[in-house]
Amino acid sequence: MEKWHLMTIVVLIGLTVRWTVSLNSYSGAGKPPMFGDYEAQRHWQEITFNLPIKQWYFNSSDNNLQYWGLDYPPLTAYHSLLCAYVAKFINPDWIALHTSRGYESQAHKLFMRTTVLIADLLIYIPAVVLYCCCLKEISTKKKVANALCILLYPGLILIDYGHFHLGFALWGVLGVSCDWDLLGSLAFCLAINYKQMELYHSLPFFCFLLGKCFKKGLKGKGFVLLIKLACTVVASFILCWLPFCTEREQTLQVLRRLFPVDRGLFEDKVANIWCSFSIFLKIKEILPHHFQIIISFCFTFLSLLPACVKLTLQPSSKGFRFTLVSCALSFFLFSFQVHEKSILLVSLPVCLVLSEIPFMSTWFLLVSTFSMLPLLLKDELLMPLVVTTIAFFIACATSFSIFEKTSEEELQLKSFSLSVRKYLPCFTFLSRIIQYLFLISVITMVLLTLITVTLDPPQKLPDLFSVLVCFVSCLHFLFFLVYFNIIIMWDSKSGRNQKKIN
Amino acid sequence: MAALGIAMGGGNWFSALALGVTLLKCLLIPTYHSTDFEVHRNWLAITHSLPVSQWYYEATSEWTLDYPPFFAWFEYALSHVAKYFDQEMLNVRNLNYSSSRTLLFQRFSVIFTDALFVYAVHECCKCIDGKKAGKELTEKPKFILSVLLLWNFGLLIVDHIHFQYNGFLFGLMLLSIARLFQKRHMEGAFLFAVLLHFKHIYLYVAPAYGVYLLRSYCFTANKPDGSIRWNSFSFVRVISLGLIVFLVSALSLGPFLALNQLPQVLSRLFPFKRGLCHAYWAPNFWALYNALDKVLSIIGLELKLLDPNKIPKASMTSGLVQQFQHTVLPSVTPLATLICTLIAILKRKTSF
Repeated sequence: MEKWHLMTIVVLIGLTVRWTVSLNSYSGAGKPPMFGDYEAQRHWQEITFNLPIKQWYFNSSDNNLQYWGLDYPPLTAYHSLLCAYVAKFINPDWIALHTSRGYESQAHKLFMRTTVLIADLLIYIPAVVLYCCCLKEISTKKKVANALCILLYPGLILIDYGHFHLGFALWGVLGVSCDWDLLGSLAFCLAINYKQMELYHSLPFFCFLLGKCFKKGLKGKGFVLLIKLACTVVASFILCWLPFCTEREQTLQVLRRLFPVDRGLFEDKVANIWCSFSIFLKIKEILPHHFQIIISFCFTFLSLLPACVKLTLQPSSKGFRFTLVSCALSFFLFSFQVHEKSILLVSLPVCLVLSEIPFMSTWFLLVSTFSMLPLLLKDELLMPLVVTTIAFFIACATSFSIFEKTSEEELQLKSFSLSVRKYLPCFTFLSRIIQYLFLISVITMVLLTLITVTLDPPQKLPDLFSVLVCFVSCLHFLFFLVYFNIIIMWDSKSGRNQKKIN
Repeated sequence: MAALGIAMGGGNWFSALALGVTLLKCLLIPTYHSTDFEVHRNWLAITHSLPVSQWYYEATSEWTLDYPPFFAWFEYALSHVAKYFDQEMLNVRNLNYSSSRTLLFQRFSVIFTDALFVYAVHECCKCIDGKKAGKELTEKPKFILSVLLLWNFGLLIVDHIHFQYNGFLFGLMLLSIARLFQKRHMEGAFLFAVLLHFKHIYLYVAPAYGVYLLRSYCFTANKPDGSIRWNSFSFVRVISLGLIVFLVSALSLGPFLALNQLPQVLSRLFPFKRGLCHAYWAPNFWALYNALDKVLSIIGLELKLLDPNKIPKASMTSGLVQQFQHTVLPSVTPLATLICTLIAILKRKTSF
């Protein structure tokens, strides 16, 4: 690529923004007794360094699972162990068993931020750069602009607890899209073993690879590929879980920590269906526990089934990326025990389709940042939030000229509106409607942000503003779910045939 | 929507550069700040709480007012905005007060006053002829100059991390240079005179200004080969320039002259008691001189040529601001440095 210097500048800008944002306060700073996610990460280093592997996931006098017990798969634990060795080298007090609880100092903050930055630099940023370089049919300048926009996405900068899982997932997407299937699936298995939320992305991977195998013919090359993939997946899982495979009780305990089905349908305020629905009807209290699990399961799978079936029957790189978006969004909206930060699992695939539908992607990414507003305000990140959002918006608006690309064809809705016009000839206002919706949406988000920051909520409804934020975001996400599904289902062969004819 | 598109797009790279660096400055707000932060807070307090007659006498804090009067008036104006952020910072006795609102106000004041710097860069870019460059944006001289000035990292670090107000001062200087380029000499001279009364360190470049204005403005015509036409000297122009400088100085120093405080003001502005080198040595000739003196004194001690009892320990490298005597080489007085500087400048000018 000729413009290496431009890409280097973009990466350096990304790193500078990340480092300056990390100078702000971290979650749970100075808030005993539980502190926050920062303390959780430090605690895991303490546990993995001082205790034998067998005890990592078990409750004991040395390892109180109520105080930030390990609830991520083994790779997170190994990574914490590695960081702990470095911490021991610098200052053993940081990870001393029991006595280091709630340890807070400038030097320690610098250490933790550095580990996060290095993780980003080694895994996530190269994946983004390589992905943008591999994009087809766009000029070098547009590739660099694309990389800039992805690296400036506020969500991933503000929530900076190491995005190893997203980095590996991105390598997985890259591998699978470029036909390096084994490497791609290996990377994705590593991602799942890092954070179990990556299972949100697993169905599209499965369907895409299965579809590829079918296409190559199940009696010949396809079957070989299927076997190779199965072996890769099984081998990588065994490798990660090796210390925990020896006893059945070990494996079960880890699974119990990873999937806490004892918890309720949702916790805190999150922008998904169940939380929004419970404004009107308190589902958590009305329905019995196992029934909640069943209906969330059903809704999730019903909403993502069409896209996955289509991907299996017609595997294509474009379909794969869009299905990643819609699957992750379905999981986010309907699944069990969803955390606000899980929206990042949807944002990453949307970043990947930024070059194809810039207007809608930018809109989605702004809404996803907005949906995390209560969390970010709690961590006192208002200034970085405003600055990075403005920077991201300006970068996208100028790189992709999004406001000029709102025609039906640009929004990839042409085939859909053609089909609708067969029944409703007057259906010509789609792009107009979408433009007005965008304007209303931005105004609403800005107003809600101002209100949340400046005013105090009324006494009777202390959570009013966070509930409003969640509700508005949920409506947006439902709209986007419908939109992305429309694109997938109407991305027909006729569109591709037309290109061949031309 | 299309109108918004045109406003956003349009290829206006200058706005993008200015906006981008402003956003970066906002991100630098929680970074480390030096004692200069307290210096400026103290000056806000002094100018707000005390009458003008006390400004150059106040010494509760060690960071006394040592910039010319225009800067003091600038701090006075800022203090009227500061009172809406945090009233406590304007109390002279609140030494080292740095609440989060104080920090926010101070940082924003630097970012805001940088608007003058952005405008000045814009004016300088207008003076450059970029027609010979290629079509590529990154090859255009205007673009390169804007990047080098707006995104100047030295300025970013000193102004927005260490904490100083150099942005708008350099803006004044660049604006006066731009005006000189645009043949608006009177405005350029006026702006430079104002700048001198904001921060007198710009006296460093005053001789260059003086000679340039003399040559290009006061001599109204050239001979065909470009050299001076001595009889085209215009007294009117010299007098008008002098009048501008005089009026600006009168506005600045006038009140203090009326209060009979001029010697005090000058002693604050030119503190020769601070010694030859600052606590942190600037990389100039006298640093080499001091280093040589140090090396010679060590050699002298080894060879037993010097008496150890007569030499103060770590006299110049202790990081303190003070006067001292050199051990081996002759000591340097302020007059000596002035003579050396003048000789160096004159040598350059005569070699034209």
